[in-house]
Amino acid sequence: MDQAVKKGATRRDFLYLTAGAMGVVGAGSAAWPLIDSMNPAADTLAAGSTEVDLSKVEVGSALTAVWRGSPLFIRHRTPEEIKSVRDMDWKSLRDPQKDEDRTLKAEWIIIKGVCTHLGCIPLGQKAGDPRGEFNGWFCPCHGSQYDVSGRIRKGPAPLNMFVPPYKFISDTVVHVGSGHDFPNPGF
Amino acid sequence: MSGSQEKEKFNNKTIQWINDRMPIFSMLNNEYGKFPMPKNCNYFWNFGAIAMVMLVIMIVTGVFMAMNYVPSTAGAFASIQHTTREVNYGWLLRYMHMNGASFFFIAVYIHLFRGLYYGSYKKPRELVWIFGVVLLLLMMATAFLGYTLPWSQMSGWGATVITSLFSAIPLIGGGIVTWLWGGFSVGQPTLNRFYAFHFLLPFIICAAVFVHVWALHVSKSNNPAGVEPKSEKDTVPFHPYYTAKDSFGTAVFMIVYFAVVFFAPLILANPDHWKPFNSLQTPPEIVPEWYFLPFYAMLRSFTVGIKVAGVTLLTAKQQGVLAMFGSILILFFVPWLDKSPVKSARYRPVFKWALRLLVLNMVMLTYAGALPAAGKALVMGRIGAAYYYFFFLVLLPYLGKREKTLPLPESISADYAAHHGGGAMKKALIPAALALGLALAPHAARAADTPPLPNLHWPEQGIFGHYDMAAVQRGFQVYKEVCSNCHSMKYIYYRNLESIGYTKEQVKTLAATYQITDGPDENGQMFQRPGRPTDHFKSPFPNPETARAALNGALPPDMSNLVNAREGGPNYIYAILTGYVPAPKDFHVMDGHMYNEYFPGHQIAMPQPLVAGQVQFQDGTPNTLDNEARSVAQFLDWASNPHMEQRKRLGIKVILFMIAFAGILLATKRKVWSDVT
Repeated sequence: MDQAVKKGATRRDFLYLTAGAMGVVGAGSAAWPLIDSMNPAADTLAAGSTEVDLSKVEVGSALTAVWRGSPLFIRHRTPEEIKSVRDMDWKSLRDPQKDEDRTLKAEWIIIKGVCTHLGCIPLGQKAGDPRGEFNGWFCPCHGSQYDVSGRIRKGPAPLNMFVPPYKFISDTVVHVGSGHDFPNPGF
Repeated sequence: MSGSQEKEKFNNKTIQWINDRMPIFSMLNNEYGKFPMPKNCNYFWNFGAIAMVMLVIMIVTGVFMAMNYVPSTAGAFASIQHTTREVNYGWLLRYMHMNGASFFFIAVYIHLFRGLYYGSYKKPRELVWIFGVVLLLLMMATAFLGYTLPWSQMSGWGATVITSLFSAIPLIGGGIVTWLWGGFSVGQPTLNRFYAFHFLLPFIICAAVFVHVWALHVSKSNNPAGVEPKSEKDTVPFHPYYTAKDSFGTAVFMIVYFAVVFFAPLILANPDHWKPFNSLQTPPEIVPEWYFLPFYAMLRSFTVGIKVAGVTLLTAKQQGVLAMFGSILILFFVPWLDKSPVKSARYRPVFKWALRLLVLNMVMLTYAGALPAAGKALVMGRIGAAYYYFFFLVLLPYLGKREKTLPLPESISADYAAHHGGGAMKKALIPAALALGLALAPHAARAADTPPLPNLHWPEQGIFGHYDMAAVQRGFQVYKEVCSNCHSMKYIYYRNLESIGYTKEQVKTLAATYQITDGPDENGQMFQRPGRPTDHFKSPFPNPETARAALNGALPPDMSNLVNAREGGPNYIYAILTGYVPAPKDFHVMDGHMYNEYFPGHQIAMPQPLVAGQVQFQDGTPNTLDNEARSVAQFLDWASNPHMEQRKRLGIKVILFMIAFAGILLATKRKVWSDVT
């Protein structure tokens, strides 16, 4: 092959490759703003704390608040309930966690009321709701059962219900969204 | 397109397998691979491909805009604000979409001019042309519908004016307008249906583009010589010759487009687009986007009804509406109005100049359309409309028969040999520059009865400009201590102040000094609580009525967008704040008003808000009126354009990348074309 022709072909290949590569890089970079625009907006990320007054929640009863668009389950636990979730072999659970690692004050359990199976809202907050075998929450969608610590005990769900970060800003008012960060393994 | 019968062979087995069952790769190869293109096409032939790219950009950015848009009269404006301010890269989506419409029209107008100049509408390409005009109409409808969606002053009033055009239809016009609105004025049903149509039409445009290209691929492309290919020597395969040339042209076009998107995104937009729609007050000047101005100028040029024996045949309004719609519809008939056997204007010495004059005429009409509808605007509009119709109805048919044309080149190859490398690119730049000038004409036309604004230097100006955060913070102090007593800034959150240099703690403390109404609580009662960083700036009045009642009937505008909503931006803010001077002797100032040099009409309801020494700056800056006014203007500029610095930084990267890309594409194009003789 003639040397000049060969040189020309190499140069053309180089230009094709460079142009193609730049086109791919350009199109790829252009895709990022589009994808990122679907992530939560700055105000959505910044919002997401709520304050709940617990003064009227009697021992043994529950309160459902709203946090980041999901129900927040708050239960004022009785001494027997506290005993039932603390004096037990937590290491054998599906998602092993101590109740002490899921609460700030023993009488208050505060969790995001979303089943970790496929996102339904478990029953058990209202009087007369089925609470399952462990007296906690029962998910009507696929039968997951949680104890009074919100830990998965039976059924298809893989994880305990999520404990949001919170702090008590007074004896009876809890600030949910920032404060103590709970471990929540798996989330 | 016309599928070929013979089976093609591909090296890749998967491609072969698919192609045997569905010859999509044969089709691609036939239509975009070996498709024969005249080898003498100049850079004007890029604009079809460029328009296609713009269509894709518009659909993609539009779909992502739609994900953040709320089609309600109460929520539309706020949702656009939210997109621009809070959504990740939302400002980029919006500015690409907004300016994309303009650049789509720039590309299509040049494409259309190319068709006229080189006779691309003539036999056998009449259908290509007709589908092109259909596309133009669809684009215009889509652009108009999109313009109404932000529900700004321009949106609402644009929607009112354009829909009211149909009221010119005798007898049933009023009913049609009510039907278009879904009510007795432009309102919620109108917005909802406009949104639905704005989303739908681009896909109909895609279908029409398919038909347009299909028709083109049957008749094949025209060329600057206007003679059809006679042998294989006259053509080159589409790929790689025109893929390379189109890619380079598109990259250059993109550089200009991105320059506007990143460095001057508001240059083509009317400031009234940053004010929410007020159905009780029309803006002092109602002007459409630049690409409609020539037609708008024709609409306004007719002011006298035609009467015969005391009976009105056509009202002035009807004439205007007919002239406007007619100016587009007449394009459908161009293939039959012009019967000249010679296609290209290059060999038609009179037609060439008549057409160039038509382009100048369009520029004049654009300028006229942007002026207030009186005096010289009307004169220019009438002359422009007259020449437009004279060109299509008289000159085209007459020249088609009588013009003495020049000898045509023997073949495309002969033409290529004669014109090869001869400044064709420079020629394509002329109409491109003209179109951009056209787009900017409205700026030139906006005049006022006030003295020219002071032209101060702002640190945020220019490609590398950035906010002087110390000044912006001082400006916030001025806003907080003075402006916020009457003016709301309801699209700004307290936490946004972190981006002008306040710490999280400072913002928290500041927000907590405001009492925000929240609720209802479990008893159904609204209650007051301290503000949080995630609250919007507290408005001084709970609603506009309270504000009017407290302020002598005047309603102070929300300041979130004030810099964008005023011609002149920060210069205007500065001018108003320092423009309180004693009224001239013969000037009567109404009760409750003050004289201000720079305020339109000079009578302003706002008492002089700032005087020297009013604000004790925390950083010890001397509190002259000049410093107070400058800093608050900078704060408001930041509030209107919080992402400006991010935008410019990204813009520099994008432009540098595009320049390098265009360079590589030019080298590729030259290399590819080096074997064409």
